[in-house]
Amino acid sequence: MSNSNDINSGIVAQDLKAFFGNIEVLKGISVSMQKKKVTALIGPSGCGKTTFLRTLNRMHELARNASIKGKVIVDGTDIYSPGIDPVLVRRKIGMVFQKPNPFPTMTIYENVVAGLKLTGRHSRKELDEVVERTLVQAALWDEVKDSLRKSGASLSGGQQQRLCIARTLAVNPEVILMDEPASALDPISTAKIEELIFQLKDTYTIVIVTHNMQQAARVSDFTAFFYLGELIEFNNTRSMFTRPQKKQTEDYITGRFG
Amino acid sequence: MAAEIDDIIVSERSRDVQRKTFIRADNIFKAVIGFFAFLVIVILVWLGIQLYESSQLAFASGGIWRFIKGSTWDPVTGVFGALPFIYGTLLTSFLSLLIATPLGVGTAVFLAELAPKWLKRGLQPLVELLAGIPSVIYGLWGIFVLSPLMANTVEPFLMDRFGFLPFFTGYPLGIGFLTASIILAIMIVPFIISVSTEILSTVPVPLTEGMYALGATRWETLKKIALPYAKSGIFGSIVLALARALGETMAVTMVIGNTPQISKSLFDPGYTMSAVIANEFTEAASANYLSALIAIAFILLLVTLVVNAVARWLIWRTTRMK
Ligand SMILES: Nc1ncnc2c1ncn2[C@@H]1O[C@H](COP(=O)(O)OP(=O)(O)O)[C@@H](O)[C@H]1O
Ligand SMILES: [Mg+2]
Repeated sequence: MSNSNDINSGIVAQDLKAFFGNIEVLKGISVSMQKKKVTALIGPSGCGKTTFLRTLNRMHELARNASIKGKVIVDGTDIYSPGIDPVLVRRKIGMVFQKPNPFPTMTIYENVVAGLKLTGRHSRKELDEVVERTLVQAALWDEVKDSLRKSGASLSGGQQQRLCIARTLAVNPEVILMDEPASALDPISTAKIEELIFQLKDTYTIVIVTHNMQQAARVSDFTAFFYLGELIEFNNTRSMFTRPQKKQTEDYITGRFG
Repeated sequence: MAAEIDDIIVSERSRDVQRKTFIRADNIFKAVIGFFAFLVIVILVWLGIQLYESSQLAFASGGIWRFIKGSTWDPVTGVFGALPFIYGTLLTSFLSLLIATPLGVGTAVFLAELAPKWLKRGLQPLVELLAGIPSVIYGLWGIFVLSPLMANTVEPFLMDRFGFLPFFTGYPLGIGFLTASIILAIMIVPFIISVSTEILSTVPVPLTEGMYALGATRWETLKKIALPYAKSGIFGSIVLALARALGETMAVTMVIGNTPQISKSLFDPGYTMSAVIANEFTEAASANYLSALIAIAFILLLVTLVVNAVARWLIWRTTRMK
């Protein structure tokens, strides 16, 4: 597997440090995540999973006093190098949040095309196609195809999250970052989201934060274990869950802490 | 053990008693609040009736419509028509909104979204201070600073560039509809700024972040998320500003020229409903004169109610469209 960890493909973090003011919450993370694979980030609350995820598409810097050091190289380009526009980075690297956040002032249809509409003019037909394709991809089409004009906020939590996934897909990103996308959902919705991740991983590079060990084991190819702002262990998921190398990892995945 | 259970039972019981007293206090509270709410309506209706009854003398010759449509106001010959005042009040109010809305909302957007924190923290109390200054002070400033500026610079400039429009013709007096509207705008702008800033800061962060994550710029996020979210609240602030503009008396009367006439030119002097009541109440010697002034008060009350109702309906319609 070492040969596929090519710096020119996938996402590579190099000695990445993240700060809120002068508090260092990521303490030099180096890891490379493969293209078109699912990488799960696990670890106890507050260990920096969300922060790490948000450094990968330059969302971190939106928070007050937030800053980073180090590099994040996506397909060979450091997204933090001076000439790079964060807006374009985010268009290429989409994000699904922990709590579903559909735009309440928009209809379901408008929610899906919200990002797409930022990139120039599109014909009605084109938009219709994108809406249908991405809602089908997000396994939501059958449930909402007759109510596309309703508010996005009128859906159930699980539907809202799938709407947010469709919205992300509509921009046609290469990478999708998911921050505990199912943590606020019931088991059936959770299963749907996991199924969805399965479908998406042939096309997209996925990085998913999860609190749930079984979920990480089910959906991911690789797993990264974070603890107190450090990357403790990174391996393919099967090895990580059957033969963890570090004592802390073993303690965590067997439920002895966290 | 038994003692503990007793304790629990006792505390349960006392909580029960407490709850009952809470419920009773709750009901009393509701009744008191309900009474005051009712009282407000009663006062409003009673006020309306009183004003209407005292207006009868003014309406006697030709009814209320004749009074409203009458464009002559001549206490000497006893001819009283309200139109110049209605015109002055509506014109200055809407003109001031026209000036104050973009200025106020723009500043609010700047403060809420773009300004660095230290600037926002410095400006916000200042804006609130401006909203609290007594209007007579604005009026004095209007006479001594704004009016000369209008007469010597602004109005000649407008006449020069836009003189082909009927609004910008006539003689640049520095006293009239335009000056009054600007004073009004200056008075209501802080209000729009402070309310709108407050509302824009309530836009949930997850929504704006959701938009940023789709590759939106700051401006796009503002336009697509923050403004639509805050729209009804911002409208609300504008309506309240309008209510203030409609009723504002002191500052307006000091710069509008107090001449009951309907003129297309914004440079010309005019008069407003509240201004004529305040100015002429003490000199209204005859019963007819007094009744005409009260009739104007009655119409001002109606206009205020109607404008508010229409504005509220507009807000209701736009928020419901979501
Ligand atoms: N906006 C913020 N300002 C300051 N500190 C923060 C902020 N967000 C998160 N943190 C801190 O950063 C650390 C990592 O948080 P986070 O990345 O959210 O952890 P996780 O997602 O693993 O639970 C925590 O100690 C948290 O308190
Ligand atoms: Mg988190």
